[in-house]
Amino acid sequence: MKMNGCQRVSAETTGCGDCEPGLNARVPVMLAAVLAVAACGSGSDAPQSITTVSWGGSYGRAVNEGANIPFTEETGIRIEVEDYNGGLAQIRAQVDIGEIHWDVVDLEIADAVRGCDEGLLEPIDLASLPPGADGTPAEEDFVDDGRTECGVGNLYWSTVYAYNADNIPGEKPATMADFFDLEKFPGRRGMRRVPKVNLEFALIADGVPLDQVYATMDTPAGLDRAFAKLETIKDEVIWWEAGAQPPQMLADGEVTMTTAYNGRIFNAQVLEDQPFVIVWDGQLLDVGQVGIVAGTPRLEAALQYLAFATSAESMVRIARRISYSPMRKSGMGLVTTHVVAGVEMEPHMPASPANAANALRYDWAWWVDHADELNERFSAWLAR
Amino acid sequence: MGGGPGRRGRLRGAMRVPREQLRALGLVAPLLIFIGVTFIAALATMLMRSVHDPVVADALPETVALLRGWDGERLPAEAVYETAARELSRAGEERTIGQVAGRVNRVQGGLRSVFTRTARDLEDEAPDPAAATGTPWRDALIALDTAWADPATWHAIRTTGERFTSRNYLNAVDMDRLPDGTIARQPEERRIYLRLFWRTLLVSGAITILCLLLGYPIAHLIARAPPRRAALLLVLVLVPFWTSLLVRTTSWIVLLQTQGVINDILVAIGLVSDDGRLAMIYSMTGTLIAMTHVLLPFMVLPLYSVMRGIPPQHMSAAASLGATPLQAFLRVYWPQSLPGVGAGALLVFILSIGFYITPALVGGSDGQLISNMIAYHMQTSLNWGLAGALGGILLVGVLALYMVYDRLVGVERMGLH
Repeated sequence: MKMNGCQRVSAETTGCGDCEPGLNARVPVMLAAVLAVAACGSGSDAPQSITTVSWGGSYGRAVNEGANIPFTEETGIRIEVEDYNGGLAQIRAQVDIGEIHWDVVDLEIADAVRGCDEGLLEPIDLASLPPGADGTPAEEDFVDDGRTECGVGNLYWSTVYAYNADNIPGEKPATMADFFDLEKFPGRRGMRRVPKVNLEFALIADGVPLDQVYATMDTPAGLDRAFAKLETIKDEVIWWEAGAQPPQMLADGEVTMTTAYNGRIFNAQVLEDQPFVIVWDGQLLDVGQVGIVAGTPRLEAALQYLAFATSAESMVRIARRISYSPMRKSGMGLVTTHVVAGVEMEPHMPASPANAANALRYDWAWWVDHADELNERFSAWLAR
Repeated sequence: MGGGPGRRGRLRGAMRVPREQLRALGLVAPLLIFIGVTFIAALATMLMRSVHDPVVADALPETVALLRGWDGERLPAEAVYETAARELSRAGEERTIGQVAGRVNRVQGGLRSVFTRTARDLEDEAPDPAAATGTPWRDALIALDTAWADPATWHAIRTTGERFTSRNYLNAVDMDRLPDGTIARQPEERRIYLRLFWRTLLVSGAITILCLLLGYPIAHLIARAPPRRAALLLVLVLVPFWTSLLVRTTSWIVLLQTQGVINDILVAIGLVSDDGRLAMIYSMTGTLIAMTHVLLPFMVLPLYSVMRGIPPQHMSAAASLGATPLQAFLRVYWPQSLPGVGAGALLVFILSIGFYITPALVGGSDGQLISNMIAYHMQTSLNWGLAGALGGILLVGVLALYMVYDRLVGVERMGLH
């Protein structure tokens, strides 16, 4: 895998006896090869460009300012940014026909693991990444959470629930149980239209201790219990799909409380002065990953970008623009204030000790196994 | 698109001049190639995927062959375990194990990690056949994961190992094949698709009727208006038609939501109290309202084009012969406008069967349609076989409706000119 993209492709065209894996359309492959060779012919010293794919919105902007623009300034490699909403479908389509135009992708950890197992992502050697801000070798600098074969951890993020203080007079909700308590806090709830996170929240609210949540979900009775708890608020739930919806619904008063990505609520708080409050109790702490699409002809530049974007310095720059905290130990202490609003970031970070006191770690391995059947069951439950 | 002997005669004339025909073919060739590549080929591939799935059969060929002779109840023989261990380990090296694991996981949840982990572990600690007695490979695999002692695991390999399979179509109608080969309905909590097909049909039918009720008078008005006003009215129909679907859908959210424009007005004029604001969106109501609005132009335009061709004198003639306005409408105007009704209804119905963005945004929990599940299997679960089967059933359904329509009304009478 050390060869550069041009050599790789031309090797495939000349000796196409065993370059088969998964390439069932020969014509596009040949076409891609011809195009790539032509591109190489025009001089490999020419300024390159790679395509990075991220989640758009306020997070996309933070990555752009924190990693993409500084990277181009330093290396001269241009970056085309594309947005997506997660999932492996587009990556798989590109790898299947062998015409790869995405190079680096910001992934959910479950997708990083599945993509790796299916050969859609390049394995990454942590040791090849630059050392931390204080000189710690990369292998020791990255936290242990979410180390995967093909993905490099970048940021902690979390799913929390939040409410609009203007719309809840008197006593405010403080625990996960309050989210499911329609008597104490009447009104509609917003939840993401997927089973993950919701099932965990239901069990936490039902009194299952945090360290027992996934063990409970591993039994049929536990799953029934989670669905039964969800059933108690089902009639009041508005289901959302995109991360930008929850803050909107809170601002409009469409819901009294809603689950949301913590960074989106934070942005509404500090940049739009919304009276939103995050309840950190029972938050589901997750990690983001960056990976490289297998077989990209721009592997060298992609690796260069990956190393840059997951450096402690880039993580800190991103974390000063949205409240997702670095996954490198050497970066954790360096996040100071928000670059625009000037507020201290630490109290808003999902992984800060105060907020993570009662946090559940997202068990991606469990979900990689059970997503298929539970998505079906969840859809069936919704439709009933 | 009028039929008749004249046209047939012209066609026969064209046959005698092959050069002209060749030129015509040359002119449409780019379109034919375009459709062939982007539509027919893609459609064929998806339908093929729904019945053909070689991943497991290619990765574990010998295991699958050996399992054909397995009784499905007791644990398979030692030879099966040995072959499976060898082929799993190879699939791990070749990085095909992830796809295999994904396939079996659809039959038996939880097997994904069993397969990927076993493949990884086998590289490190394969049993030493010389040292062991009895069933070393069976013991070794079961030691790695107890799932290998469960016949359900082997059933999953056997089922997914069929190159040509009816599994996707069975799943698409909420059925499944049991280990003993019989076909049974899915457990209650996993039955979803039939319900969604049925709901999709009902919603599409309701939207078609709503569009017809709303669109018929508008089309009539435009057809009978003086040219200048007709042009203005037509623009009013066309502007939303040209506006992005997403914009129109989100505008409905702004209008209909609890704190939205309509509720604000109702509260301001005192029709509803501030606590009693109506929930008009994120439910089936929202889907019906937004989709009817989005699809209305597809009803109005064919209706208008047919109605414009109905001479206004017919109604006067009917009146002069003593028909009441209702009789004149029912016996003179309505039959003449039927081709437009048919074309509009068919367009709206078929479009709404495949709709997915609007229900996803304003549908709430009970507003999801079958196309939302197809999109889910295409984008998230990557179960393209099942997506292909669901799409295939939808396609057959639409073709069947088209044929019924042809029987009842006659396609050549459809006002799509």
